[in-house]
Amino acid sequence: MLVHYLPLIIMIAIGAIFGLTNIIMAEILGPKRSTRAKLSTYESGMEPVKSARERFTVKFYLVAMMFILFDIEVVFMYPWAVQFKSLGMYGFTAMILFMVLLFSGYLYVVKKGALKWD
Amino acid sequence: MNSAALIPLFPLLGFLVIGLFGKQLKSERLIGIIGSGAILASFAIAVSIFFSFLGMPGEERSMHVPVYTWISTGAFTVNIAYQVDQLSLLFTLIITGIGFLIHVYSIGYMHGDKSFSRFFAYLNLFVFMMLNLVLADNFLLTFLGWEGVGLASYLLIGFWYERKFEGTGIVYTGDAAKKAFIVNRIGDFGVLIAMFILFNTFGTLSYSEIAAQAPTVWAPGTAMVSVVTLLLFLGCTGKSAQIPLGIWLPDAMAGPTPVSALIHAATMVTSGIFLIARNNVLFAMSPSTMAVVTGIGITTALIAGTIGIVQNDIKKVLAYSTVSQLGFMFTALGVGAFTAGVFHVMTHAFFKALLFLGSGSVIHGMHEQQDIQKMGGLKKYMPTTYKTFLIGTLAISGIPFFSGFFSKDEILWMGFLNGSPILWGVGAVAAFTTAFYMWRLTSLTFLGEERFDHHHVHPHESPATMTIPLIVLAVLSAFGGFLGVPHVIGHALHIPNLLEGWLDPIFERGMSFLPKHVGDHAMLEWGLMGASTVIAIAGIMLAKSIYSKGTERAEGIAARMKGIYTLLWNKYYVDEVYNFAVIGPILAVSRDFLWKIFDVKIIDGIVNGSASTVGAGAAALRKIQSGVAQNYALLMMVGIIAFLAWVTLGR
Amino acid sequence: MGIDLFGSLPLVVIWLALGGVGIVIQAFVRDNTRLVFGYYISTLIATGVLAALTFGHTGLTFDGMVTMGGSGAFFDILFCVTGILTMLAARPYLQREDSEIDEFYTLLVSAVSGMMLMAHANNLVVLFVGVELMSISFYVMAGFFRKSIRSIEAALKYFLLGAFATGFLVYGMALVYGSTNALDYATITSVVRAGTTPFPMLLAAGVTLMAVGLCFKIAAFPFHQWAPDVYQGSPTVVSAFMSTAGKAAAFSAFIPAFTMLMPVGAGASYVMNMQLALAVIAAVTMLVGNISAVAQSNVKRMLAFSSVAHAGYLLMGIVSGTAAGHQAIVFYLTAYTFMQLGAFVIVSILERENDGHLEFSDYAGLSKTHPVLAFLMAMFMFSLAGIPPFAGFFGKYMLFIAAIDSGFTWLTIIAVVSSVISVYFYLGLVVKMYFSDPVGEGHATNPGTAALTLGVAAAFTVLLGVLPSVLQSMFTAFH
Repeated sequence: MLVHYLPLIIMIAIGAIFGLTNIIMAEILGPKRSTRAKLSTYESGMEPVKSARERFTVKFYLVAMMFILFDIEVVFMYPWAVQFKSLGMYGFTAMILFMVLLFSGYLYVVKKGALKWD
Repeated sequence: MNSAALIPLFPLLGFLVIGLFGKQLKSERLIGIIGSGAILASFAIAVSIFFSFLGMPGEERSMHVPVYTWISTGAFTVNIAYQVDQLSLLFTLIITGIGFLIHVYSIGYMHGDKSFSRFFAYLNLFVFMMLNLVLADNFLLTFLGWEGVGLASYLLIGFWYERKFEGTGIVYTGDAAKKAFIVNRIGDFGVLIAMFILFNTFGTLSYSEIAAQAPTVWAPGTAMVSVVTLLLFLGCTGKSAQIPLGIWLPDAMAGPTPVSALIHAATMVTSGIFLIARNNVLFAMSPSTMAVVTGIGITTALIAGTIGIVQNDIKKVLAYSTVSQLGFMFTALGVGAFTAGVFHVMTHAFFKALLFLGSGSVIHGMHEQQDIQKMGGLKKYMPTTYKTFLIGTLAISGIPFFSGFFSKDEILWMGFLNGSPILWGVGAVAAFTTAFYMWRLTSLTFLGEERFDHHHVHPHESPATMTIPLIVLAVLSAFGGFLGVPHVIGHALHIPNLLEGWLDPIFERGMSFLPKHVGDHAMLEWGLMGASTVIAIAGIMLAKSIYSKGTERAEGIAARMKGIYTLLWNKYYVDEVYNFAVIGPILAVSRDFLWKIFDVKIIDGIVNGSASTVGAGAAALRKIQSGVAQNYALLMMVGIIAFLAWVTLGR
Repeated sequence: MGIDLFGSLPLVVIWLALGGVGIVIQAFVRDNTRLVFGYYISTLIATGVLAALTFGHTGLTFDGMVTMGGSGAFFDILFCVTGILTMLAARPYLQREDSEIDEFYTLLVSAVSGMMLMAHANNLVVLFVGVELMSISFYVMAGFFRKSIRSIEAALKYFLLGAFATGFLVYGMALVYGSTNALDYATITSVVRAGTTPFPMLLAAGVTLMAVGLCFKIAAFPFHQWAPDVYQGSPTVVSAFMSTAGKAAAFSAFIPAFTMLMPVGAGASYVMNMQLALAVIAAVTMLVGNISAVAQSNVKRMLAFSSVAHAGYLLMGIVSGTAAGHQAIVFYLTAYTFMQLGAFVIVSILERENDGHLEFSDYAGLSKTHPVLAFLMAMFMFSLAGIPPFAGFFGKYMLFIAAIDSGFTWLTIIAVVSSVISVYFYLGLVVKMYFSDPVGEGHATNPGTAALTLGVAAAFTVLLGVLPSVLQSMFTAFH
């Protein structure tokens, strides 16, 4: 039984080795010129100097949520694309409907100004 | 669905429309048309059914109209179904026919009242309930109607709830309404218990099934039949104002006069007679109950008649008269003369509705004056009212060929034949008082000198909406009796007794349990008929001799016979006796024992005990309901673990 | 592939009307609440009518994942009617509270579409999607008064605990899938009945966790504690909608799911335990609901606890596991929806800003200041207490009979006892309204379109009591 899981174990092993190698190589080979900006937690983000309980503007959340939404949509489309032929017209119509519904939602969000950044 | 199902539907629709939109309708005329139109529509259907029945042989004149099944669970099924046959159709015709006339009359009588629409809504509600009562094919639906008319009557007696009204222990009309309601509850309790017994015994509440099974289940004359019928009769004494529960009816006159005419004279109060007629098989099976019915009936007839002699409120005289006439009807039922009893219901509905509406017309014309001592000589001002009222008086007094003569004479004769000469004698005395107080009423109201204050009161004839119903009812009161002409007269004049032929199929089975009298008593019947006519005329003549000149002679007589007068004036002290013997002790027992000991100590102890248990539980639960979401999640988690453990590990 | 267009119409129409058209309209139209209100009312009417038309058209659609017609269609009608009635009551209420935003109606319709999916689910995944669609709409609606701390608190509590419970629901579904290797009801039930699963323990655990998730949605002990806080804090019309349609939806999913997972008298060994455990939950729920309600002085909170107690009564039908029990649930749910909705709507009409005028004492002498409202409220209270001839009486009667027939006499006795306790606070309100004098001066109320809601609710409360056979005759079409 466990033999069936061998490819998985090899996969994990390769992943671990690849990741570790990269980190270690960067540590050894990379030049080290530290500045204050480079040492900060979020290098190109917010200033981590005030209280951690600061309120983020809601725009961040909105964009993040939209991002996840479309992210998942794309993920959903992969298996659909793979099975496209066998699903036939039925699958095609279903996906079109799904896209229409999603798009109308997108339209609504844009019209309500969720993506306006000022 | 049969058209008969529509009969109760129209008044219901009328009630809903007027009740819900009455305030928006505004126009009195429109409300009046809707209210009366609903009743007229029902009447028209009833008439059409009547004519279709006439074309059928007697045994087939019956329809079972299922409307729908209300409750159907296991062994207990209640159908809303109507039993349209000769008996219920006759009552339906009376209710809708006279009901329609009274509705029309009310348009004039209630004109300008601020609660005009409320009045018509209640009135339609009453008719709906009353139709359910008489058309029902089972006890439960009848009981529903029975309670419904009680409610409508309560609402209508107290209609002018802010007005004052005089009576023993009564200050406001609302008190009178309450009294009627409570007294009726006692009777209803009897009906309810009877229903339980019947359902327990027969497994059904349907009239026809009970009537069919009863003789096979109970032998005639057994105690059980008597118990059930006596319990039912207790309900009848409440609804139909007989001794010992009759004390509410005179106080019920606190309601508007059309209400007194419709509910407290023509229809609702006769539902006791209906109930016995409908269950004639059960009642005929118990000779002892029949004897009780006879005894109560004739006693009530006499006592109420004598009280009527001294009353001065025009409506109260008529109220006692109603009680007395109802007594006659029960007497008839008690001696097995079911047809005669129902016949009297019909003629009484005609002339008593007429008299009440006439009195209403007088009250209307006299600006709410009800004391007949402050009237007199109104004949001149209200000719139509006077003429119709006179016909009503002659009819109720039993003057030959007016309707009351036929029905009352039939009752007295059957009392003599099936009961005893004493029964006839007492009945004749009661009939004498009837003639006497009715002529006294007519005389003091319409004849003699004018005793009212001319400066403040300007009597006037009522509008056409009020007088036309009076005329129609007067015609019915005059000639309605020919529907049930007694055999001896019928034989001589070649007129068949239409009513008897009509009702025979209903009472056939009940009559089979009663002894039959055979033989030819024609001469005797003629003789008694003559005697009762003489008695009626004597009553009128005596009243005429006393009251034709006004009240002085009467006052003289009253002064000489002070004892009897006071006794009658105070209605035999029935109310006081009730207060002393029944209400007082009940109050004392309930205050000193039930309340102070039983209630405070025991019941409150239990209630408080359980209440405080619940209260303690509530307090504990309140602590758990802390409002902190984490705690809620914790309890959920505990619950989930327990639930999981139970289901997966439990054996 | 497997799609029956006609039978799918109610669901397709509400989705397209909501997601395809409604959202676009709202994208381009600003602050036109009247248009949006009218549009969604017509959407619900159309959906309800289509559901009625497809009532007799039973079968499966969407590849066997969704049922058509029958009880699902009946629930569709109930949800649509409840939705319409809530919207009618909500408009004047929200206007009074100065919070009428057109998204309210969108959320309500999206909740309805989720409920319909729950009632039609024939597959665990579909059930889950339906539950989430409804719940997420509810979370937002609960916090619709953005400036009221109580409303925000209600939304947050509901969301946190709801997410917690949903986790168990999904976990339960996963375990059921793992032990039966199927997501569709037919296959699962054949495995459960035959007892052929290699992991009986996992199956039992999965069913239990699903029961936990559904018990949370119906607010049964010990997963009920969110209900009083949420119903009290939410806008009153939202509480009305959540406690009626929401509960009905949960039961519409509960019935088929547990017909499948808990086949009384067949195969699986956990069924007896499950039945008994649910019976205990039912008993404790009604006792806790009613006893807690006794102590309340706030009418809204009292109604919230009453809704908890009713979950207990309704669970009796699930416990019985018989067709009669399920019919009793459907009947009582219908009756309960109208009477509870009516009571909440009256509260919403009388309510004043900042949660004013919600205490029992504020209802003193209501019969004199607002006779019609007092009369209707009394009627709803009588019906909730189960006094004939109102609808509540027959529903209770049917549930009790079903429980007794399945041998749960003790449960019925507890139910009767707790009904008696409930009379105390239901009639307490009636006594307050009719037998005490008004305190202070009454204020004017303008029910607006809520009058229509009250009329319909009252009509059904009476109708179902007087003519219970109308609904009963529909049940024969279910089975």
